[in-house]
Amino acid sequence: MAELTYREAVAAGIAQEMRRDPRLVMLGEDIAASGGVFKTTVGLVEEFGPARIRDTPISEQAILGAAMGASMTGIPVIAEIMFSDFLAVCWDIVANQIAKSRYMTDGQVSFPLVIRTANGGGVRFGAQHSQSVENWPMMIPGLKVVAPSNPIDVIGLMAASVRDPDPVIFFEHKSLMATKADIPDREIVDELGSARVLRNGSDLTIAALALMVPRALEAAELLAADGVSAEVIDVRSLVPLDTATILGSVTKTGRFFTVEENPRLCGWGAEVASIVTEEVFWDLDGPVVRITTPHIPLPSAASLEDLALPSVDRIHETISKSLG
Amino acid sequence: MPTDAELIDYSTRAPRLPPPVDDSLVNADVPRATRLDLYKSLQVLRQFEKRAYDLFMQNLVKGTSHLSLGMEAIASGFGAAMQPGDYSFATYRGHAHTLARGAHPGQVMAELLGRENGLLGGKGGSMHLTDVEKGMMGSYAIIGAHLCIANGAAWSAQMRGTDQVAVCFFGDGTTNIGAFHEALNLAAIWKLPVVFVCENNLWMEYTPIDLITAVPHPAGDRASAYGMEAPVIDGNDPDAVYLAAVAALAKARSGEGPAMVEAVTYRSGGHSRADPGKYRPAAEVEAWAGHDPIPLYHGRLLKVGVAEEELTSIERQAALLVDEATEFAKAGALPGEDVLMTEVYADGSSRWRN
Repeated sequence: MAELTYREAVAAGIAQEMRRDPRLVMLGEDIAASGGVFKTTVGLVEEFGPARIRDTPISEQAILGAAMGASMTGIPVIAEIMFSDFLAVCWDIVANQIAKSRYMTDGQVSFPLVIRTANGGGVRFGAQHSQSVENWPMMIPGLKVVAPSNPIDVIGLMAASVRDPDPVIFFEHKSLMATKADIPDREIVDELGSARVLRNGSDLTIAALALMVPRALEAAELLAADGVSAEVIDVRSLVPLDTATILGSVTKTGRFFTVEENPRLCGWGAEVASIVTEEVFWDLDGPVVRITTPHIPLPSAASLEDLALPSVDRIHETISKSLG
Repeated sequence: MPTDAELIDYSTRAPRLPPPVDDSLVNADVPRATRLDLYKSLQVLRQFEKRAYDLFMQNLVKGTSHLSLGMEAIASGFGAAMQPGDYSFATYRGHAHTLARGAHPGQVMAELLGRENGLLGGKGGSMHLTDVEKGMMGSYAIIGAHLCIANGAAWSAQMRGTDQVAVCFFGDGTTNIGAFHEALNLAAIWKLPVVFVCENNLWMEYTPIDLITAVPHPAGDRASAYGMEAPVIDGNDPDAVYLAAVAALAKARSGEGPAMVEAVTYRSGGHSRADPGKYRPAAEVEAWAGHDPIPLYHGRLLKVGVAEEELTSIERQAALLVDEATEFAKAGALPGEDVLMTEVYADGSSRWRN
């Protein structure tokens, strides 16, 4: 058992998989000698060497193109895009090339690759380095999308993503980097497409992702003090999506809330809310409510950013008000 | 500087003429058998593309299609020089490159017709032809990306320690997109076994390439920025292409890093199905019609002593092959609901939830 931070867990998860599969390589900007701008790849180049941990130029298309071409010819790849905002620079390779090529070729090519990227707000970086964009790949057929909320899930879902034969976009949350957990001294392998019930409750269900998970759990504590029993689900994987766990919970509690860091329109919770409404409508005792960042670019000033992102208090108040 | 009139109607510009035929290539070091293979390949590609055009006119091919008519020597020359394990990456103008790697012409034609027996089961179409078994790693229909992807295949070959080379074909227009420069730089710094082949047909879709490019040779003049040399060759001369391909492949295979070739050519038709190509100066179209690779090579083969009957026989074989391909394609069923939802993910399904 060792205590690891979320950022250390990223490196630990990658190292676990690189020891297992000698073919696995990683590329990205500043990931080798400097250990990554978020220090999520510290120690890897020392252990695995510069041929397997490769620094690249600031060339996001070249990075993901190389990852795609290598993965379709027998080399599994982890590619880092430093900030998830930068995915927009290489979106053609993600959305048009990697995502579609298996279908377009009727299954002739596979892409065992993971695109890791630092996602989300709370670190006062302003609108171009703070977005929460996990909803972007979610809407594209052919991609899988994962966003862990704690160090153990980082390792387990990293392993599952690397071992998955499909392209996985792996979102590491910037505001969770310093969070800690005890990690057992054994191989950790999780599975994609399984949500986790982190707190059992009977009055309502809250579905959350990444940074919103600890906030939802804190809000559930406040609700408990009010005498309201909230069940909290960490969705973890947007594609594949574990609708069974969510629908099962809503069937039991009768109320459903999402907590999303995405700006309002077409955040991931919109799809989940739609599924809940379509499939368990008659089990609902009240409206489905989405708690989101408003539909604005994220501001830089701490006071403004704190107002924008769903806070523990906003989650608590919104739910309390909705319960009436 | 071009005049306003020239910018309003490109067909009023001075024609850009083909180079004179290099008669010294009669004595080029190209084996007779290779030359006959090149001629057969030229004939198959030409007759296939003409048939594809006819099938459009009969409304059997839907959507769009980008033909290589007039540009076949590049696919033929590289196809003859490449090893079976090498990788090809093409653009939406990829019929010729797919056939040149040995794909089944019937399956390629069936894909154009959207049939179940198509190379991609009808899911990809003209712009996405792929035959991984033959090393044809795909046709990529959005300009730029596939240079970066070809790098990845070359990087993979380098890591696996094979002597495979990735060959990436692209048009002159591609040299003005950022991905071109990202790809060349990465290939150079990682010494990747990749060959970049610019098919400079002088027209970026409907716009003359020289009006929108800072240098006269869009690939050739830029190679030096990435520590490469890119010979500018007559892309309509099959021997010139073949020799340049052999040299470029040898360099890339040797571990010295990437190579680049700019093959100057001309498409006889428009950019795509919808385009009659009327924006081009008539004298330019006419001059390049006089520099067509097929009569050029026919004449050269006669000069080196190949009998007219042998060439006629090759032309007939190609015609037969294309007829068979057409019949194969027309006999295919239309793909149906059973395949609509397959192969989105590696388990063969499109399942995104439980």
